[in-house]
Amino acid sequence: MKISIKRKNGFVDFEVDAQEVTLLEVLNKIKATIDNSLTYSSGCRSSVCGSCAVRVNETEVLACAYKVQEGDKIEPLNNVKVIRDLVVNMDRAYETNKKAKGWLAEFNPSAVISLEDEKINELQSDCILCGSCYSACPVYAVNGEFLGPFALTRVWKYVSDKREQNTQEKIDTIQTNGVWDCTLCNNCTVVCPQGISSKADIEKLRMRSTMAGYSDPNFANSFDGGFGFF
Amino acid sequence: MICDVLVIGAGGAGLMAAITAKESGADVRVLTKEYPTRSQTCMAQGGINAALGNVSEDSIDAYIANTLKSAHGLADEEAITFMCSEAPAAIEYLDSIGVCFSRTKEGKIAQRTLGGASAPRACYAQDYTGLKILHTLYDKALSLGIEIQNDKFLLDLLQDEEGVVCGAKVLNIRNSQIEHYFAKAVVLATGGYSRIYGKKSTNSTASSGDGIVAAKHAGAKLLDMEFIQFHPTGLKNSSILISESARGEGGYVINSKGERFTNELAPRDELSRAIFAEIEKGEDVFIDIRHLGEEFIDEALPQERKLAKLYENVDPVLEPMPISPVAHYTMGGIEVDNKSQTSVDGLFACGECANHRVHGANRLGGNSLLEIIVFGREAGKSAAAFAQGCEGVKKPKNTQENLPKPTTPQIDFYEKKEYLAELFYTKVGIVRKKPQLLFVQQEIQTLKEQLPLMGITDDSAVYNTNLTEFLEFQNMLEICEVVVASALAREQSCGAHYIVEEE
Repeated sequence: MKISIKRKNGFVDFEVDAQEVTLLEVLNKIKATIDNSLTYSSGCRSSVCGSCAVRVNETEVLACAYKVQEGDKIEPLNNVKVIRDLVVNMDRAYETNKKAKGWLAEFNPSAVISLEDEKINELQSDCILCGSCYSACPVYAVNGEFLGPFALTRVWKYVSDKREQNTQEKIDTIQTNGVWDCTLCNNCTVVCPQGISSKADIEKLRMRSTMAGYSDPNFANSFDGGFGFF
Repeated sequence: MICDVLVIGAGGAGLMAAITAKESGADVRVLTKEYPTRSQTCMAQGGINAALGNVSEDSIDAYIANTLKSAHGLADEEAITFMCSEAPAAIEYLDSIGVCFSRTKEGKIAQRTLGGASAPRACYAQDYTGLKILHTLYDKALSLGIEIQNDKFLLDLLQDEEGVVCGAKVLNIRNSQIEHYFAKAVVLATGGYSRIYGKKSTNSTASSGDGIVAAKHAGAKLLDMEFIQFHPTGLKNSSILISESARGEGGYVINSKGERFTNELAPRDELSRAIFAEIEKGEDVFIDIRHLGEEFIDEALPQERKLAKLYENVDPVLEPMPISPVAHYTMGGIEVDNKSQTSVDGLFACGECANHRVHGANRLGGNSLLEIIVFGREAGKSAAAFAQGCEGVKKPKNTQENLPKPTTPQIDFYEKKEYLAELFYTKVGIVRKKPQLLFVQQEIQTLKEQLPLMGITDDSAVYNTNLTEFLEFQNMLEICEVVVASALAREQSCGAHYIVEEE
């Protein structure tokens, strides 16, 4: 079958023998036998390391978890700098975790995590930082300062955790270029290989923000002061 | 580019070392050839051991006894006692930084039984234990402001006139420039070497033993390199791991006739040999979890179901999963003492690249995640203390800088890499015979002689993975040479090193 891979000077076609195999296996084969210069990232081959996210026919996938189809068009992730072929520079996206303070700031030693509590952020802690959500995010595309989906999911993971004593600091941090900048378009949810909905996490963070006395700045502006009782 | 402690590798061990060194007051920098969170640690599923007794009675003594037994007399009892005794504190620490462990009804950290354990001892986070520990350590490292640099490939260690390690020479993969990082102490946390078995390994493609080779070049001793653990339950076609928890939760190992032929909870080496023997008889071997039921599988083993469907086109709720034993963990590594100090001054090591003598001839499931926490911390502490005792960063003696240049190679190293992997799986794998080991030794010599005829064709300076893969191949070839020599030197079977007379 024929697949096309976007490289420096546009799409390049490769003829490969591939039935019921993953894109990563095909990339490995091309590199070892057809073109040693083809460049992509990979690691675990089992969808947990987050290295091999690319776009196939304009949708984000993990190369190790996608079965190749005739005519597929393979491209690097969007909204991140392409280093070469399918390899992108993730430094900036990773930095958002730091900007968003996506960590446990103050441990509450007396917190008891019940079975129900475990479920609250179990899914959020499945995140593999593959960057698919940043690639699909229309806000990150136009505002490089936006904290972005995976960083905000990380914030929710810790904010929703009973072991975190200092949630206020995180809520304060996500007010600018954070929860209110999201358009709730849900692209991040659709492309997440782990089934995480950053959009839903952002909505929960908005609720927490409101409870903490913050309000939607867009709303406030358009209605000249908003509710007025804060 | 100078710091007190330079950590190479950003997996669980490297991050734990970096966090501890930073908290000890050292100025820390971490280099990784990937990104943090993409390391091998994320693949650990089963759990992390600690005799907490959260589910049923357990004791540190029983834990020590289980670990010693599995090690077949090759471990250091003091090191094991230290690791097992530190385990509750390690779990407490991970809980305090926010690892999302699974819980019991009482709100305690849940535990399950893995092979070779006398009690449910492995704390787990669904079947993403390694992933969740790794990401939480990464978050913690960020909170401390630890600098992590990505896409840096270790070439060699820098040493002063006395041989004391004072930094590292790395390749910046993004522009092919060679960079020197100077430090008062260096911690290697570069992972194991299971990828010498190529596709017949559960490991990430990055597990090429780079740090072990660099340590060897610096004069560090390597220890027990012949001990390689084969995981009994890799998926047959893809070598993707089906976690030991599948057996811990009650899965059966069966042959083509549907018969159980072995004790599923036996240590990994025994079970791998039993499965290997069954395959040699012409049987296909499967792991069967159908009787556990869909609801339970989705709750306790969701990742296993996903992986089997994707890579083997088998839904374990409906069908048994085809398996074969594959290289999974390398017990051998850089020799270190209980303080993670190697035989070279200024150089420390932790994680799979190091050999703290806690696994001996065979590692127990759940002990590698514990090791990276307990000894990652020791390595960080020791490196920080060493750095504090240094007056300044030493000056390295001259180092040669020659990277392979693009050519028209007469021999394709990708082919040779596959050939070497196949040789190792069939002849230096689960069952070994002296004449075969000697044959492989000869083949390695031939490959070494052929190295000048191999090389890279990609002439780009930007993210040249043809170059990094060739460098990894060279490292693996060097590791293979040591593994075979160590296997030949140990004439008696012991744990994962199983040697038989030629029939």
